Amino acid sequence: MSTNLLLAAIMLINFMLVASSRVNKCIQLAAIQGILLALILLLMHDHWPVHVLLMALSTAAIKGLVIPGMLHKAQDRMKPQREPEPYVGYTTSLVMAAAGTGLAFILARRLPLQAGSLGTLFVPASIMALFTGFLLLTTRKRALLQVVGYLVLENGVYLFSLLLVKEMPLLVETGVLLDLVVGIFVMGIVINHIQTAFDSQDTHRLAHLKD
Amino acid sequence: MNIALINLPLLAAAIVWFMKPGMHRAKVLPVAASAHLVLVVIALTHSFHLKPDAWFRLDPLGGWILLVVSTLFTICAFYAPSYLALRTERDFGIFGVAMLSFLGMASLVATSRHPGVLWVGMEAMTLTTTPLLYYNHNKRSLEATWKYLLICSVGMALALLGTFFVAYAAQLGGLGEPIYIDRLVQHAASMPAPWLKAGFVLLLVGYGTKMGLAPMHTWKPDAYGETPGIVGTILAGGVTSMAFLSLMRMFSILCAAGLGDFGRELMVAMGLLSMAWAFVFMIRQGDLRRLLAYSSVEHMGILVFGVGIGGKATLFALFHVAANALIKSVLFLGSGNIVRSFSSKSLADVTGAIRRLPVSGWCFLLGFVAVVGSPPFAPFTSIFGIASAALGGGRILVGTAFLVLLGGIFVAMGSVVLPVLQGTPNPAAVRTHYEDTFGLTAPLVGALVLALALGLWLPGPLMTLLSKAALLVEGRP
Repeated sequence: MSTNLLLAAIMLINFMLVASSRVNKCIQLAAIQGILLALILLLMHDHWPVHVLLMALSTAAIKGLVIPGMLHKAQDRMKPQREPEPYVGYTTSLVMAAAGTGLAFILARRLPLQAGSLGTLFVPASIMALFTGFLLLTTRKRALLQVVGYLVLENGVYLFSLLLVKEMPLLVETGVLLDLVVGIFVMGIVINHIQTAFDSQDTHRLAHLKD
Repeated sequence: MNIALINLPLLAAAIVWFMKPGMHRAKVLPVAASAHLVLVVIALTHSFHLKPDAWFRLDPLGGWILLVVSTLFTICAFYAPSYLALRTERDFGIFGVAMLSFLGMASLVATSRHPGVLWVGMEAMTLTTTPLLYYNHNKRSLEATWKYLLICSVGMALALLGTFFVAYAAQLGGLGEPIYIDRLVQHAASMPAPWLKAGFVLLLVGYGTKMGLAPMHTWKPDAYGETPGIVGTILAGGVTSMAFLSLMRMFSILCAAGLGDFGRELMVAMGLLSMAWAFVFMIRQGDLRRLLAYSSVEHMGILVFGVGIGGKATLFALFHVAANALIKSVLFLGSGNIVRSFSSKSLADVTGAIRRLPVSGWCFLLGFVAVVGSPPFAPFTSIFGIASAALGGGRILVGTAFLVLLGGIFVAMGSVVLPVLQGTPNPAAVRTHYEDTFGLTAPLVGALVLALALGLWLPGPLMTLLSKAALLVEGRP
């Protein structure tokens, strides 16, 4: 039952993310989401073998500390500036996220779950996080917020992978961890380069290339 | 043997990394590429009877695609030393390491028997090609790199979720680790259809992003526009072919579960959409490289359209992977030479390229003739085969749409390309010191000759390989 509670918390955080205009707050919210994922992983197992502990620890460390730390650092080094308005306003984003949540529940009902499966919220929460990530990626102008969107999308993939983690630990752990470490590492580099080349991380200004 | 295919390029990459800076670094590329190509050919003639539970094994499908990519890479590798000699302001270390790591990851993807390893290989390929995109180190290439990384990472995340969906379906069907693709295909009938279908949709979108199918192709024009021609070749003929292979691996599971028609309908729709999208953006396109990028979107559309038609067309689609790779190398490397001479890729500045650079210009012209599907080059064989399979199989509507779009693209592309090549160069146009040299034109001519040879005659062993690969795509080992 407690996993369902945590899953609900993750879904709530998604709503807060789309409604928030401040970059620092969004980074923190994504960090909390990452730590919640690690907690869910631990709660799913009755006893903790080494590989589960390792995965939970690295999840919490990377998603909760390392990546948010990198993003905070990039944010601090920026010159203070007004947040650019997103392409889609915060209220509209919230309405869209709500609609996405409804859709996620409808979709999830069509997919049969294994008998005696832990939580029924896993699939809808995963699809909703995917949707939220997409929303942030497509409607926000700042590079950092787009990276947060990518993080939330990844969290959605991670949530679903938890359904598999007991039977196929190898597949899940390699896939998820590689995705985490390398993808974000390179993103961090690109963000730093964008900063030096543009003195700003507004991807709106990255718009020289078009037809 | 299979492990050597992966390790040889990686070893060569390590050698390049530790070598002292200088021209000799670039010469590792052709040596390693030729050795890899020889290894692929040896593996293809020997290793199909390896034990079925190996993690890495070259089967006919992976073997065919890897043969194509290795050939393409060899063409680029022979072009590289002469090209890099023109770019002495840049260090070749990272370039060489990234190129060779790409080849290693391509071998990993082609030989892996596990959907998870397949995905890991594709993700690693995204990362190894990123430094290549940023090779010019300017604002425009940075913008292109940012778009490539962000869009492809999202695509790869979706592909991972799709892989998990298929794994969950396998688990519900009573299958445990390790879920080799062969085992998934064997047990596909007992897996629940909703998960397989949802998984395939995610995989089509995910790997389709990497292939550059519309509407997920938006990274493509920027990436191809801002990178050197040699990197464009690797992306348009290498990375996209490997993404196509990954999609086909997962499609074979869908087919084996009896859901092939669901996937085929999606692919026909996506293929036609890509071709239509490319057609619209080719009209009055003002940039040579972006034109080629849309041509790449079109040809990826042809690939999935062919597989979507099924039957004989699947075989022709697989053949088209080779046709596309060879012609794309002619076009990208040729355009690189032309752009270098005019110091501009805007079509307003470039005219009369044939008069100024006869060899590159003629190669580009013949490449254009080939890429729009004119005989006797290889793309004609595959496009004609796919169209006749569609019309012969009673798919009159989509078959006609396919032909109409091809005709439109022929006109749209021709009206842009021909003025570039014909006539006399504008006297006011910039003329750099660049002149065609043997090293910068021989690889183009070689690729063109290969495309011509394949269009005229397909050797028996290759035909056998292709037929076996086509069966594998449809889930019939």
